[in-house]
Amino acid sequence: MPIASRVNIVPLDFDDDELLGNMSSSISQAFQIPTRIVPMDIRLDMGRNRQRDQLNSTWVLSQLLSQSLNNSDKILGITVHDLYTPILTYLFGEAELGGRAAVVSTYRFRDELYGLPANKDNLEKRIEKEAVHELGHTFGLVHCLNFDCVMHASTYIEEFDYKTNSFCPLCVSLLDERTNT
Amino acid sequence: MNKDNNKVNILIVDDEASVRGSLSRWFEEFDYNVGSAADAAEALDKFRPGKWDIVFLDIRLPGMDGTELHHKMKEIDPDITTIMITAYASVDTAIKTLKDGAYDYITKPIDPDYLSHLVSNIIEKKQLFSENQKLKKRLNALCKFDKFLGDTPQIKKLLDLVKTVAPTDTSVMIRGESGTGKELLAQLIHSLSPRRYSPIVTINCAGLTPGLAESEFFGHEKGAFTGAIYRRKGKLEIAHQGTVFLDEIGCIDSKTQMDLLRAIETRQFTRVGGNEIVNVDFRLICATNLDMEKAVEQGTFREDLYYRLNVFSLFVPPLREHRADIPVIANGLLKKLSTSMNKNITGFSNGAMDLLTNRDWSGNVRELRNSIERAVVVCNKQVISSDCFVLDNISDISPQDQSLMTIEKRHIQNVLDKTGGNITHAAETLQIDRTTLYHKIEKYGLCR
Repeated sequence: MPIASRVNIVPLDFDDDELLGNMSSSISQAFQIPTRIVPMDIRLDMGRNRQRDQLNSTWVLSQLLSQSLNNSDKILGITVHDLYTPILTYLFGEAELGGRAAVVSTYRFRDELYGLPANKDNLEKRIEKEAVHELGHTFGLVHCLNFDCVMHASTYIEEFDYKTNSFCPLCVSLLDERTNT
Repeated sequence: MNKDNNKVNILIVDDEASVRGSLSRWFEEFDYNVGSAADAAEALDKFRPGKWDIVFLDIRLPGMDGTELHHKMKEIDPDITTIMITAYASVDTAIKTLKDGAYDYITKPIDPDYLSHLVSNIIEKKQLFSENQKLKKRLNALCKFDKFLGDTPQIKKLLDLVKTVAPTDTSVMIRGESGTGKELLAQLIHSLSPRRYSPIVTINCAGLTPGLAESEFFGHEKGAFTGAIYRRKGKLEIAHQGTVFLDEIGCIDSKTQMDLLRAIETRQFTRVGGNEIVNVDFRLICATNLDMEKAVEQGTFREDLYYRLNVFSLFVPPLREHRADIPVIANGLLKKLSTSMNKNITGFSNGAMDLLTNRDWSGNVRELRNSIERAVVVCNKQVISSDCFVLDNISDISPQDQSLMTIEKRHIQNVLDKTGGNITHAAETLQIDRTTLYHKIEKYGLCR
């Protein structure tokens, strides 16, 4: 697997600069590589399912890849829209396993969706974990059985709140293996 | 689970490429091995027994539909776990496939939380099933006792009776001389019974004094008597759900006979020095070499207990009455003993086998076993010859075999075995000329 030189963060209908900045430093810290915010001209309505009122995550990945010229960069899209694939009702994010592109959504990390008052701190922590998790997949990491590890599979919000935003020792060693070859 | 890397193998059969791709990516992130097929033909081409753990199967497929494909897959691999994927419109069909052995059905689009739990539950169930199978195999191996050897009609009939009574809960009384294999027969009955996964507990009644017998059978509470510093479970309690084998039942004292009768009738007792009623469930097998009817007649054994124990009676004949089994038994014992002593002994010489088959064996199979064990210890060749045995007492030879001809035949064979078939040396030892020895070899059909 080629060593990634940088992570390009692409906001997709996303304008919270403070959250972008914090997420950017979290990613940089987790993978020890530089990050930068790269705006891209992607017409999201093309990947939108009006019936489901959701954005097709696989379509987003293909768009991110088609517009990214540097093959050694990882690309992370971030959007406020709810993500889906034709067979799954929703996704928090999607990534190419051992590939380059990943996308995450803030939609289901908002406390308001669960009848609670808005809490930006919770939203920030959750999206940081999900961004590191999906980028972990692009480095070839699979789901981890360790509940604390950021690579633990999470299908509901409480699991995000339980796990940490860092890798367990096993995933750290796997990540080292993959980034040093 | 794949035996080589312990990975879960999932096959996705759906005609929509986006569904196959999306589910494949989802499962690959869990580190599962994923395969996919667009139609039934491709799925059947990829399908082999044991290759896949879970198959996700779309009900609507071009050509052969999902229900028919499911049926075919079940024929090829009955252990396969199939999940039917369906749209709301075809839920009825999905339910029909459940009746046909599918594990579950899911409707499109699938809730990822539900999918994740569904797959982890299947994996857990499969792992438990496989672990259970392995444990059962190990337990079956542990439950196997020594084989009861013999091909003669007497032994075949005895084993037929054992097979008949073993699966029932009937009390069995095994009779026979000492050393005939009564305990082995009891173990065989237990191992063929539904109680085989629970213990068989042997109580040797001959070695029990009246006080000791009570504690041995029923256990005792702490402080019940001097030295009872702990509560101890009795053998009947230990044998719960298993089998109790009472060896030498005829030697039991009258007080214990009475207590035992009550315990057998009610399946309840109290420990010595205690008040708590203990409920037990056991099967009873007993053995004796005494004439129990005579003991009942003389009043040394309770008649009611005798009838309780003697529901089904088995008689193990003495070895001298099924002499034709001696080669089978001897070879079986030799195989076991030579393996345990790490020796490469393949069989007996003709002389040695002659010696074994012509003997009366008053101690029955036990005596035969001990003699063979001694021979295996001293033997340093591939075949045990007669000189490895210390069985020179002519009186042990059965009366019909004490003719001069039989003894001469056996003696010449022994000498031939000792000299390794060398005629000159054998003739010198026997103090006869070589021509006479040749005549006798021919006359008796001896082997050199």
